[in-house]
Amino acid sequence: MKQFIQGIAENSHYQATHLLQILRQVQSRYHYIPGAAIEQLSGLLNIPRTQIIGVVEFYSFFHLIPRGQYELLISDSITDHMLGKKSLIDYMVNKLGVAVGETREDGVVSLDNTSCTGMCDQGPAGLVNGYALTRLDHSAIDKIVELVNQQKPLDEWPVELFQVDDNIYKSGLLLNQQIEQGAALRSAFKRGIKETLKEIDCSGLRGRGGAGFKTAIKWQFCSEEQQTERYVVCNADEGEPGTFKDRVLLNSYADQVFEGMTVCSAIIGAKQGFLYLRGEYLHLHDKLQSILDQRRQNGLLGNNILGAGLDFDIEICLGAGAYICGEESALIESMEGKAGIPRNRPPYPVTQGYLGKPTVVNNVETFLAAAAIAVNGGDWFANIGTEKSKGTKILSISGDCASPGIYEYPFGITVQTILNDCGAADVLGVQVGGPSGTFISNQEFERKLAFEDLATGGSFIIFNSSRNILDAVLNFTHFFAHESCGFCTPCRVGTSLLKKQIDKIVEGHGSAGDIVALEELCQLVKNYSHCGLGQTAANPILTTLERYLGLYESQLKEISFEPGFDLDGALETARRMANRYDTGAHLAQTESEHE
Amino acid sequence: MSKTITIDGKIIPFEEGQTIMDAAMAAGIYIPHLCHQPEFTPHGSCKLCTVKVNGRNCSACTFPAMDGQDVLSETEELISDRKKITQMLFVEGNHLCPGCEKTGNCQLQAVAYHLNMLDNHFPLFYPDREVDASHPDVMIDQNRCILCTLCVRASQQKDGKNVFAISGRGINKHLIVNAQSGLLKDTDLEATDQAAHICPTGAILIKRTGFQVPIGERIYDHKEIDQVSLETEHVKHGE
Repeated sequence: MKQFIQGIAENSHYQATHLLQILRQVQSRYHYIPGAAIEQLSGLLNIPRTQIIGVVEFYSFFHLIPRGQYELLISDSITDHMLGKKSLIDYMVNKLGVAVGETREDGVVSLDNTSCTGMCDQGPAGLVNGYALTRLDHSAIDKIVELVNQQKPLDEWPVELFQVDDNIYKSGLLLNQQIEQGAALRSAFKRGIKETLKEIDCSGLRGRGGAGFKTAIKWQFCSEEQQTERYVVCNADEGEPGTFKDRVLLNSYADQVFEGMTVCSAIIGAKQGFLYLRGEYLHLHDKLQSILDQRRQNGLLGNNILGAGLDFDIEICLGAGAYICGEESALIESMEGKAGIPRNRPPYPVTQGYLGKPTVVNNVETFLAAAAIAVNGGDWFANIGTEKSKGTKILSISGDCASPGIYEYPFGITVQTILNDCGAADVLGVQVGGPSGTFISNQEFERKLAFEDLATGGSFIIFNSSRNILDAVLNFTHFFAHESCGFCTPCRVGTSLLKKQIDKIVEGHGSAGDIVALEELCQLVKNYSHCGLGQTAANPILTTLERYLGLYESQLKEISFEPGFDLDGALETARRMANRYDTGAHLAQTESEHE
Repeated sequence: MSKTITIDGKIIPFEEGQTIMDAAMAAGIYIPHLCHQPEFTPHGSCKLCTVKVNGRNCSACTFPAMDGQDVLSETEELISDRKKITQMLFVEGNHLCPGCEKTGNCQLQAVAYHLNMLDNHFPLFYPDREVDASHPDVMIDQNRCILCTLCVRASQQKDGKNVFAISGRGINKHLIVNAQSGLLKDTDLEATDQAAHICPTGAILIKRTGFQVPIGERIYDHKEIDQVSLETEHVKHGE
């Protein structure tokens, strides 16, 4: 092991910023991070062991105790549940002989849940040693169990298990035509760098991650900073449940995304760029790496790009299972080899980002659009969309519809049009923008997707009338509690309290005051949390409480007080120990049950 | 003409580089806080010092003072919500004041009194947490840790060591120490280190000193935390 660790540390030039990449390799080789590895890395990277332990315990894909040689993770997104995830994982537990969250005694396999893996249009999905599994069903699982038990190396597994499709059903401005390699850079150099920034400005392009900050302004701020060492970062930590468009863009349009980053580097004066790729998209890594190589060979990355004197290169950083790293300052922390904890702002990344240097962080789709705008000009983009939301938006559509996949629409499109296009019938409501967005009911389908109405990062999950909204609310609320970084009190404690409170109500232990308490708690978490995660973690509850109060009330018992736990259930251990199962050993929850 | 901000209608001056907390404390205005001590880099995690700046919630300990800011601090809403945030800290750990040797000297307890906290409000978590009594002079009781990172910062910034860190994610966050064994005795912590004395609660205690000062004569027995804080926490930023 000593030699192995020495080797990967050396390949990373002993840079502590590469800690995540190093730990990914250790986890992949040993299926945990051994204490000896932590000690050795602490010496080699010259960082305290506590920093390494802190990182290992922060990211879901690192473990201090051994996992199986085959680490199986099943995606826990609501869309996976809608496709039968629960019965599937139960089937796996039986077939594999291992409980969820455990490693089998022989150490061959471990099984666990994981947050949405971004395969919502082809679920139920999972990961095996980090590689995406799609369209899981009983026969696929039978095959997997067999392969695991035979201990077949992953590269001998049938490729169809790992088949990931683009499923592009509707193309618009951006998806219709990929720009020619190098075209955006040639246009930018020809037109002039400042003029190109002007084109991006007049295009009205706003950040596609959801927040919608004007791209040209961000780039201009960064270019005006005094520090001359600057960075470009592409945020491909697409973790919002129900979003998968960046996965498709990186699978089929990556060259244009990299070109957009390079145009940005020319404008802001950066020499180094990073693609922060979520760990769940490991399957894209090698392909992206070869596209980067190809661009280097073609003189589009490296020194003196296209002979225009621009020096710029791009490195890929892989995440390790933490939704919070989609928040730009947490992402930067993660790139620096630390736990993904959002920074205090100000200063903003454009002033002090990666390594304290001015940094532009933009979404994959934003760079894709910027490259196209550099070629086609600002008007080409601005002529489409609404007054405040120019251009198009690429949506990831999943849930109850005939054709889940990728759809590109001009901003201002109504929800109803989208539902018609993707073949959704008998719709109860739509979760727009993922759990952190808004749930809209079937009374609101004339609303428009746009920053001024329904803002969205692209997640669009459809629920038909056979679904129970509270199942989704519960799933989302648990998701946020699991993904809270734990930095600030309102989110760390609040998201766990929300989970307890919603569980209490859904499990039928709620009483009259509990909905008021729930709403009060929601406001507290929303108003006092440090970052966007906490500020939106209560949205699933708040947006459904607003629309379906009756549904919540129907869960309540008709008494004024109800304990937050199951009294009789709590006595189960005592009954087992006393070997007593008579009626006298049971407690009634309420007076009325006694009667 | 020096620059000013207003806090609850009162005009107060500030110097460039000061946070709202710095300016407030220099002007004798107390804003409740637990993770903040003026000697250390502000952290902004406990959120007790949340104030409304031009209508937006901000952490006073990290947010820079800027000319003309209208800051609200002692509003009914903020006081009530600070109390709830304090209650969150109480239910998250195992805080049993009557049996804790830090009682009367505890900032968490004192803030709770200051905010008129009379119950836990939220359901208790009853987490299973450990005590590390391995060190000859100092002990850690994880039950009382509120993850403020003051010990982490004190060790780094004052003691020139790296004894403490926060590990884990979300509700599983916890304090760890820098030793291969994971035990405090194997770190280079000494009882004279500032990190051993900085804990605002009873999570890090010096052994054999617990009841030297009897209950009734302790820091917060006769003074409220606002008064103590303004008297003892001197602002050094911007000096």
